[in-house]
Amino acid sequence: MRRCDKLIDKGRRQFLGTGAIATVGAAATACAPTAQADANRATHAGGAVLSYPRVRLANMAELKLNEPHNVNYPDEAAPGVLLKLGQPVMGGAGPDGDVVGFSVLCPHQGYPLSYHAEDRSFNCPGHYSRFDAEAGGQQIWGQATQNLPQYLLRVDDKGDIYAEGVDELLYGRLSNTL
Amino acid sequence: MAFKRHIDRLPIIPASAKKHNVTCPYCIVGCGYHAFTWPVNEEGGKAAGENAMATDLSGQQPLASDAWYSPAMYNLVKQDGRNVHLVVKPDRDCVVNGGLSSARGGRTAENRYSTARQTQQQRLTDPLVWRYGTWQPTGWDDALSLAADVTARIIAEHGEDELFVSMFDHGGSAGGYENTWGTGKLYFEAMKIRHCRIHNRPAYNSEVHASRDMGVGELNNCYEDAELADTIFVAGANSLETQTNYFLNHWVPNLRGASMAKKRAQLPDEPHAPARIVIVDPRRTVTVNACEHEAGAENVLHLQLNSGTDLVLLNALFTYIAAQGWTDSTFIEAHTKEFDKAIKANQMSLNEAASITGLKPDDIRKAAEWIAAPKEGKRRRTMFAYEKGIIWGNDNYSTNAALVNLALATGNVGREGGGCVRLGGHQEGYVRPSDGFIGRPAPYIDDLLIKGKGRVHHVWACDHYKTTLNAAEFKRVYNRRTNIVKEAMDSAIGGTRETLIDAILEATDKGGLFVVNAEIIHSQIGQAAHVILPAAESGEMNLTSMNGERRMRLTERYMDPPGSAKPDCLIAAGVAQAMGRSFAALGQPKLAAKFEGFDWRTEEDAFMDGYHLHAGGGEHVTYDRLRAMGNNGFQEPATGYGDEGIIGTKRLYTDGKFSTDDGRATFMETEWRGLQAPGKKEQKRKFRFLINNGRSNLVWQNAFSDQDNDFVTDRYPYPFIELHPDDMSELGVTKGDLVEVYNDDGATQAMVYPTGTARRGESFMLFGYPTGQQGNVINNGVNELVIPNYKQTWANIRKLAGAPAAVSHLSFKSKEYRPG
Repeated sequence: MRRCDKLIDKGRRQFLGTGAIATVGAAATACAPTAQADANRATHAGGAVLSYPRVRLANMAELKLNEPHNVNYPDEAAPGVLLKLGQPVMGGAGPDGDVVGFSVLCPHQGYPLSYHAEDRSFNCPGHYSRFDAEAGGQQIWGQATQNLPQYLLRVDDKGDIYAEGVDELLYGRLSNTL
Repeated sequence: MAFKRHIDRLPIIPASAKKHNVTCPYCIVGCGYHAFTWPVNEEGGKAAGENAMATDLSGQQPLASDAWYSPAMYNLVKQDGRNVHLVVKPDRDCVVNGGLSSARGGRTAENRYSTARQTQQQRLTDPLVWRYGTWQPTGWDDALSLAADVTARIIAEHGEDELFVSMFDHGGSAGGYENTWGTGKLYFEAMKIRHCRIHNRPAYNSEVHASRDMGVGELNNCYEDAELADTIFVAGANSLETQTNYFLNHWVPNLRGASMAKKRAQLPDEPHAPARIVIVDPRRTVTVNACEHEAGAENVLHLQLNSGTDLVLLNALFTYIAAQGWTDSTFIEAHTKEFDKAIKANQMSLNEAASITGLKPDDIRKAAEWIAAPKEGKRRRTMFAYEKGIIWGNDNYSTNAALVNLALATGNVGREGGGCVRLGGHQEGYVRPSDGFIGRPAPYIDDLLIKGKGRVHHVWACDHYKTTLNAAEFKRVYNRRTNIVKEAMDSAIGGTRETLIDAILEATDKGGLFVVNAEIIHSQIGQAAHVILPAAESGEMNLTSMNGERRMRLTERYMDPPGSAKPDCLIAAGVAQAMGRSFAALGQPKLAAKFEGFDWRTEEDAFMDGYHLHAGGGEHVTYDRLRAMGNNGFQEPATGYGDEGIIGTKRLYTDGKFSTDDGRATFMETEWRGLQAPGKKEQKRKFRFLINNGRSNLVWQNAFSDQDNDFVTDRYPYPFIELHPDDMSELGVTKGDLVEVYNDDGATQAMVYPTGTARRGESFMLFGYPTGQQGNVINNGVNELVIPNYKQTWANIRKLAGAPAAVSHLSFKSKEYRPG
């Protein structure tokens, strides 16, 4: 067990310090098989990496340029949107690299964000925070201590858009999957 | 891509976690938080009985939930030598913030020192001494004795005026009553050091001399007054960004009309309406935008005056209000003096004011009506608030006085819904022996250092390199002077302590400066230091402060300081004891005896020696009593102790007795004299852009912690400079470009942030940032009491380079809230 402790400590330093995919609770308390978990991240349960469902959110044909398409991910209680921005952005999916998906609960206090199409920003009526849909959900200005959680998206040959993960903690839950 | 932590699960706080009272270590508002700690191998459960929030966590939590915390509110730290989980989350029962967290305070946990998670690895863990051509870790005895031996020799041979001291005087973070007393007792009691200055200004002086001279202490109301006011008049402050949760939790409810019930209940004999707000600021800020959304644009009057002309506006308001008969003559008669003299001297017509300020006469008239026109025969309640736009602005003394004139004339001091207050930067935490021996004006320390004065400099948590004026010259000279000593120390390597000290003293004969720096990090000025002493900060020690409504709380120690770092008060005690030994060794027993009385073992000992014995009402205040009063504490001054705990004071001056010898507040003559500080008029004539400057929501102070915070440095790898798009076209720059800002006093750099609401020729640059110090281009002109004028600075701008890699992914969209 002593050896396992050391491994945990090393692992914790690596992925908590560098910002790789990490699950703080598991990392700190379990001897986690991080590499295997990462490889099987969507199906493996109980590892250091949270297991996200692969969910078909929409088909490309349903998206209209710069109009939010309401979705829920990773479950029905977690509202979000898909957006087709019309030009490739960092983290964009689909044939044009322009499809993004975000949670629409403000990561400050969970107020529902509204989308301002003109400058492609999400805006919070609670405390005026703003997030940039074209810059990975970066908080333009605001009270949140993290940028807007963005979905990891995959688009298949049929144009079906799947979410397969989230890159930040969602508001209102201490585990992104309940 | 924007920075993401990729944390998708956090440990649940168990019901058994230890819960500590915490006041946010950062801004003046002092929001209440709790620090929860628990063993590293434990976690709470989702069932309500298994977690500290007593909440079922199996589902999505509603908005504004007390049962959610963000990754930035989590860390893994040492407590009594053991790893513990740490969550620092806002306290919804705290009357200050009501459960709100800001983008600064919300990162308190993440900005703690953690070896496990590699956060704040910039923290100092050991004393450092310049040795072998660099800084070497050493023990406290070695470092303290070197600092004390050099200091004592210099004092013995050249007198106390050769010791220069820069020391914080505030609360929060690395401040606090314990620590201001520790340093104060060392430099004002054991010694009488005249050559000292405060953390953010080049002299040991008040930022609000005028208000105090008039008998009006600058923190005289309570935060609830912002909920009760008919009108909020705010000058030179951007409160949404710099007093965030005061604005959100106390101003906004009044602007929205959500405090109407409170108004009717507390002030039943007069009509009420949601508040209107007058904002005096040459820049359109996010505060203006938020107020428009909350109150409706028709209830927000943004007086976008010419930079530096506030005094003219204030005199015009004073003149007009008096001429309309809207002054509170009963109050003026009973509680003030020299009104007639002031009103005569300060005459300013609306038209003349309009021509100088650039405002419309009707807007000035409208402001006067909102401030003072009676409401159905009753006196209108107006809260007057100001901060660095006035304090660091043109003609500080007279402008501050003109604002207090206005508040006194309208009877708005000591009354519900009133007050004439600075909004504040840091929290406060000042208790020291008298500084009366320093004199007035106080010596202009940074200028004296530039002129080669002083031989030893003790620097306590101040970083002149980032936050002083005339910083380019200051750094140039300071580097040269401290290098003389470094070279001397390098030359004496391997010798005895005596030969080392001889070499240092000889170096100071040649203009060298020996520097001792007590700090939490190896700061920019610390790069020039010879002895560096690692300090603890809030959370690593028990620490008391008061906020902007004088609310005093105890932040309990919840984790260990890094390495051997200590509270500043105990470092000061260590310096004092070492100085005593040094003087004794020099055969100076009388001098040695002055350094007795520092035998504190804990910060609580320093608190009891300082605050408890010396602060007004301090006899009623102890750690145990404060601990019991939690995050609401009490409002200073304490007046007693009863069943409900320490009895405080909600507002000052409710009895109409002011802080003057005769108890009457004094009106002042405040005549307009244009740009007052030397060099400003010439600079304005010569250079194209106003380089207005100040804070941003995301960054605390000079980013001493945030410079090691990924979320902040990702957003602002360089300080932003806001420019109008047409100015950008003319300069040939695009968003994110690095530009040089330069004038005859120095140069600095910033990244261009396009800002459609900026006025042509008027830029705004983030102040005090590590990767581009705005102070480099501020000239050395100060007012008659050595208050710097940071805000009125002019320079030219030219492109240095296209957007660097660290900038390429950033958003440069408007910071103003835009509902969908």
